[in-house]
Amino acid sequence: MNARAQALLWAAQRASAAVLALCVVVHLATMVYAIRGGLSAAEILSRTRGNAGWLAFYSVFVLAVAVHAPIGLRPVLGEWLRWTGASRDLALAALAILLAVLGMRAVLGVFL
Amino acid sequence: MHAGTWAALVHRLSGILLVLFLPGHFIALGSALEGAASFDSFLAWTQQPLVKFMEWGIVLSLAAHLGGGLRVMALEFLPWRDWHKGLAAAAAAAAIAVSLAFALAL
Amino acid sequence: MNTLKVRVWRGGAQGAFQSFDVPRHASQTVLDVVTHIQRALDPTLAYRYACRVGMCGSCAMTVNGVARWTCRTHVDKVAGEGHLEISPLKNLPIVRDLVTDMREFFDKWARAKGSFAGRRTRRDDFAQISSASKSRKEIDAAIECIGCAVCYASCDVVAWNPDYLGPAALNRAWTLIQDQRDREKVERLRAVEGDAGCHSCHTHLSCTERCPKQLSPTASIAGLKRETLRSLFGGSP
Repeated sequence: MNARAQALLWAAQRASAAVLALCVVVHLATMVYAIRGGLSAAEILSRTRGNAGWLAFYSVFVLAVAVHAPIGLRPVLGEWLRWTGASRDLALAALAILLAVLGMRAVLGVFL
Repeated sequence: MHAGTWAALVHRLSGILLVLFLPGHFIALGSALEGAASFDSFLAWTQQPLVKFMEWGIVLSLAAHLGGGLRVMALEFLPWRDWHKGLAAAAAAAAIAVSLAFALAL
Repeated sequence: MNTLKVRVWRGGAQGAFQSFDVPRHASQTVLDVVTHIQRALDPTLAYRYACRVGMCGSCAMTVNGVARWTCRTHVDKVAGEGHLEISPLKNLPIVRDLVTDMREFFDKWARAKGSFAGRRTRRDDFAQISSASKSRKEIDAAIECIGCAVCYASCDVVAWNPDYLGPAALNRAWTLIQDQRDREKVERLRAVEGDAGCHSCHTHLSCTERCPKQLSPTASIAGLKRETLRSLFGGSP
């Protein structure tokens, strides 16, 4: 990967971080509110099923995570495990796809 | 080891914890696709004290990672010189506050 | 207490600490200690210094785990209970004892395009640069670097990533990118972006913490990040 592409990764990382900052604040606040007094599947799903607004919100959240997490992991692998080169980038691309697929499956399961 | 190194290490370690946690989190929530019963059995498992403690750990990691990330973005995009050390402290304080809120809500 | 217990690194990458007892004096610096050892106790000790008054940066070493200018480090400040441990700067190959091979430090400076390239010749008039201009202020905040390598020795990313250009080289590149007289802005940005360049800085701020001239390479590197971002998405090259 050339230096220009690496600079683009950095930009994507910061952009997704900005999106995630908002998403995480909303998510944490919602969770602290929602779990008070415990929760059951019926309780959760009755609130979330069919809710287009939250569906959209969590879809954005999942996609931002799928961008942010692999790029964030990249220097950790390079600096602490000395894993560099194309194989590292391929593995991280696979991680991005995995997070997107598993995440969207969860979003659809909870909100659709 | 000074404040900046600590902040960066907490940021990195919390990020690693989160990326290890997320696939499991997504899979567990995806079990809702199979209906409320399978989701309920998962929720029952999360009532165990050890799991609750790990949940709290994840929330703390998320809050810490957010705080550390805001610190990095402030250092990269805002004009600063002398108040940069305060950012590490602010990030830590915010993270602890959030995790306490979660712990109290449990 | 009038005797210092001093452990000094001897050898190269393979080596060991050797202990010396050094008389303690008022207003003594760590450089005074090293000099005493070499002149009075063991003439085979290899070390560097030049100006001994905090202007040249040649005497930089690791003192009790921290990179410092030894001529500007008072023993009273660092030798709690009369113990000193002196070793060469980290992140650089050791030539012998307290002397490091600085070539990679300066090679990276060159790879970051750390030298000025102007547009004018002796036949042209002077460039008119206002000292109050934003870019000149950015340069002023970063220009006093004397290449002592304390920041380089303190940087975790330099330790973890052999290709990383390092705080000093990137700091210098920033001053040149901000220089309106310079003609190689685009090439400089190419030279400092990516995994080997500014984007690998993780804002530990060790460089800023340790710089004996109170510079902030982190701030300069942040400027490089913003400048490369601008060049990625149109705007100025």
